[in-house]
Amino acid sequence: MLAASAAIAAGLAVLAAVTDGFRAATTEGAWRLAVTERPRPLPDATFLDQSGHAFRLSGLRGRPVLVDFFYTSCPTICGLLASQFQAMSDSLAERSRGREVVLLSVSFDLERDGVTELADYAARLGSDGRIWRIARVNAPDELRDLLDAFGVVVLPDGGGGFVHNAAIYLIDAQGRLAGVYDPDAAERAIAEATK
Amino acid sequence: MIPGVLLYMMLVAPPVAGWLEGSMVGHVLVQIPLLALAGGLFARGVSGGRGSALAGFNAGGILGLLVAVFAVTVWMLPRMLDAALRSALVETAKFTTVPLLVGAPLAVSWPLLPPVARGFVWANVISHAAVLGWLYSVAPNRLCTRYLFDQQATLGMTLLIVAIALLLGWGGVAIVGAPQTAQSTRRA
Repeated sequence: MLAASAAIAAGLAVLAAVTDGFRAATTEGAWRLAVTERPRPLPDATFLDQSGHAFRLSGLRGRPVLVDFFYTSCPTICGLLASQFQAMSDSLAERSRGREVVLLSVSFDLERDGVTELADYAARLGSDGRIWRIARVNAPDELRDLLDAFGVVVLPDGGGGFVHNAAIYLIDAQGRLAGVYDPDAAERAIAEATK
Repeated sequence: MIPGVLLYMMLVAPPVAGWLEGSMVGHVLVQIPLLALAGGLFARGVSGGRGSALAGFNAGGILGLLVAVFAVTVWMLPRMLDAALRSALVETAKFTTVPLLVGAPLAVSWPLLPPVARGFVWANVISHAAVLGWLYSVAPNRLCTRYLFDQQATLGMTLLIVAIALLLGWGGVAIVGAPQTAQSTRRA
């Protein structure tokens, strides 16, 4: 009886340790928890936006930034993210003339998404390039570092596209990754960014 | 003992491990159960049916069953599957703990368990396989970041099939076995 009780106690302790206190059973859940509890520094990546303007992540410091990762030919989840960013962009434009928060959509398809494709995508979705910027990085190693820092895993889907975890990421005014939200949680992301 | 060692050596060989881990079904329903089987065969061979040195602690097989249940629960967590693919250290932990903490204690404890406890274990295995299978089939998001969505759905469907097969098999044994038991009772 004593041995069985000890086994139960040890088993529960191990389960608690590998689930962050029974709070996260998936890698994504654990990552969201870790980021919320301990904001992470991010690499100072250089981006190229839909107008061909280069800018660095550090250049956005001082204002919160909401980020998503996508590719323009994505047939699935990126569409949902884009509609959320459209809604956030409209909302921000109305309530603060866009001075509160920056929206940044980053393509990880370096092969196919050049500035022309990003400009077409931005025009289709109504991205103004001021409140909402559509961008990419130039170098593959810089992209890899960026995706690692955000906890984004991109896998080829075998049909020329990609499977990737979709989320809205919050970079706080100090330039740290401070929150990860579901793709359909735009209101919550805005609320966290502006509080 | 030797079949267990040979099976284990085969499973840890990088080409086999990589092939099995290439799909979610291979990882969850082939590699992990076979690692447990390797541990079980090894433990049976070592103990030679004489019971283990821990028999005093493992009265009725309860301790071994608890150890196996907790260990297998850890390795069924989606984040542990991801971690095993991402980190050599976690992968080594899986190759060590599944045979030692799932297969071996289960093999040693199973003969000690009373029939009611065995039935309880089977009922739980079947119901958990069905529930997990349903969850994996309908989950709107990927639970493992290292596997594609369709692999997750395939694992869900396979788990449901396994649950149904186990239910039919277990139910069949129970039904077919019942008259024999009655007969032997009459003979007695």
